[in-house]
Amino acid sequence: MKPSDGQDGPLAVLTTRTRLEERLIFAALERRGVPYAQVDDRTIVEHLQSPSPVRYSGVLNRIMSHTRSGYAAKLFESTGHRVFNPSHVVETCGDKILTSLALVRDGIPTPETVVALTPDAALAAIERVGYPAVLKPAVGSWGRLLSKVNDRDAAETVIEHKQSLKAPIHNVFYVQEFIDKPDRDLRVIVLGDEVVAGVYRRSDHWITNTARGATTERLALAPDLVKLALGAARAVGGGMLAVDLIERSSGELLVTEVNHTMEFHGLAEVAEVDLADLIVGHVLEVLSA
Amino acid sequence: MTTAVSSTCPDCTESIPVAGDVRVTSIVVCPACQAELEVIGVDPVEFALAPEIEEDFGE
Repeated sequence: MKPSDGQDGPLAVLTTRTRLEERLIFAALERRGVPYAQVDDRTIVEHLQSPSPVRYSGVLNRIMSHTRSGYAAKLFESTGHRVFNPSHVVETCGDKILTSLALVRDGIPTPETVVALTPDAALAAIERVGYPAVLKPAVGSWGRLLSKVNDRDAAETVIEHKQSLKAPIHNVFYVQEFIDKPDRDLRVIVLGDEVVAGVYRRSDHWITNTARGATTERLALAPDLVKLALGAARAVGGGMLAVDLIERSSGELLVTEVNHTMEFHGLAEVAEVDLADLIVGHVLEVLSA
Repeated sequence: MTTAVSSTCPDCTESIPVAGDVRVTSIVVCPACQAELEVIGVDPVEFALAPEIEEDFGE
């Protein structure tokens, strides 16, 4: 970690890669004249009994790895730093099971979800949901390893394949009903108590993720959508969050996930707001409160 | 992790054009072989193969 000016040192921006989002955040910081230090997560070394004396005014966590992000947040929090987002939010949002538990607890509409803890119980979980069902890794992003399972033959095959992935997390099964949605989903950005932007993500594929080629369109922020997004954000602990939603054919909105280190390259192409600047503004506002 | 180091693409040796404001840890794509490269130095500009995307990477 780089030396700083003391308690009111620069804002630390933790990174894994400098993507478009990070470049926009750095540009916003520079426009505002905010001192900052980019901290590459590959360089973080912390002695727990003799922590680094380096102080930052706050920590903006843009680490791409869920595991590293959570631990980094914990390390900085342990030395009294305010981290955006807090570690408990990272933990909840980075794990779909914990996210769903939080959403259900707070009565946020979300697809019917069944969890099984072993491959032996997975088929029962899938058939409790019914076909077609969607299997998602509890930890993972960008639409990777999502499976739409249309019948028992497919279910047995997917379960067997997941068993061959030796990481224990792949043998926990997170199963949701398949929602026959329009060719789009919705992403709504929440900063604190405010919804600041939204986009549709459109794709011919049932996985509507910009990492999978979905395109973005502007989304009008209707009051019911705003209320739902704020409720979902509160459920996972609040902060700077991207709430993803899908629509049933009836129009009912369901929250599918809440992202704690939001990517916004697709949104930046169509939104009228400068999201990087809003993120920086939010961080500064919270730090000065 | 980073491996080979080059001011050209470490994979195919093609010369890589970069913007003046490029910074360390930026990712660029080699126009010749499409390899993802990480900027590991800016004076002079040096590239290494970008770290692999890991299983828990995401938002």
